[in-house]
Amino acid sequence: MNPTDIVDRENLRDDVPDFRPGDTLKVHVRVVEGNRERTQVFQGAVIRRQGTGARETFTVRKLSFGVGVERTFPVHSPVLAKIEVVTRGDVRRAKLYYLRGRVGKAAKIKEKRAART
Amino acid sequence: MATKAIVGEKVGMTQVWDENNRAIPVTVLKIAPLRVVQVKTAEREGYSALQVTWGVRRPSSLNKPEQGHFTAAGVEPGRHLVELRLDDASGFEVGQQLTADLMTAGERVDAIAVSKGKGFAGAMKRHNFKGQGAAHGNHKKHRSPGSIGACATPARVFKGTRMAGRMGGHQVTTLNLEVVQADAEKELILVRGAVPGPRGGMVVLRNTVKGTNGVKAP
Repeated sequence: MNPTDIVDRENLRDDVPDFRPGDTLKVHVRVVEGNRERTQVFQGAVIRRQGTGARETFTVRKLSFGVGVERTFPVHSPVLAKIEVVTRGDVRRAKLYYLRGRVGKAAKIKEKRAART
Repeated sequence: MATKAIVGEKVGMTQVWDENNRAIPVTVLKIAPLRVVQVKTAEREGYSALQVTWGVRRPSSLNKPEQGHFTAAGVEPGRHLVELRLDDASGFEVGQQLTADLMTAGERVDAIAVSKGKGFAGAMKRHNFKGQGAAHGNHKKHRSPGSIGACATPARVFKGTRMAGRMGGHQVTTLNLEVVQADAEKELILVRGAVPGPRGGMVVLRNTVKGTNGVKAP
């Protein structure tokens, strides 16, 4: 426990799903245009998750019209309306920077198979 | 000079969200309730200040003069005695409690603390010198300061020439910081940005004495 947790506690969200690098997320972002507010969905693979407490962030990478786009969000940001986990990825690293140099099939992340019951 | 001041302990840094959902970097300061031990006035001491203490201390660890000082004031002994210089201390009385709600959110304050000691530091770290080239025949002088003066005239090095030496561990004042939150119940004050000193170090906050950089103090 960090000494600053006493401040962080009220700034943490309790609706953050469990996700890790390799997972595909739908991140619903609140966008304010003038005085109107709408949500925008940013869907892609989590390539990094770093930090702890209120300062924790994650980075989502997607291909938009053939161009790689990465966005980093604070996990506990009030800008995020919702985080949805689409698929679970099966990866061996915590930071998936190797995806940046890859396109097409090589950039595919294996999907995690559910444990046999 | 300041009209009010308070003492706290640096807890650490974190971030909070503002009304536009942007992250604000804040330093968390723990403000234990202060007890006024002595009120110094211009008539008696020649200047006005408050002497305060906080926390608890075993009475057996006090020496006789300290014991007498606390008994005379009728105040429970605390961890340190700290003097807070004020414009006018006459509004305060001995035994009065000062808490974090002395400051309000949005107010501008100065933070005074002893900076982290860096030991014997070179000129690059201590005075932001550029150092010397990595190449072009440079040999073992990459972080040296270079020339420190001329030759036969003046045949000495001027006093105050910036060189390597002890860095940090001295009093630093950071001016014009914004109070983001002041909570007397939790005994916390959040100040926007960084405050000098290590975690656990003592910090004096006072309302800012210089310009407020275009921002009006409430």
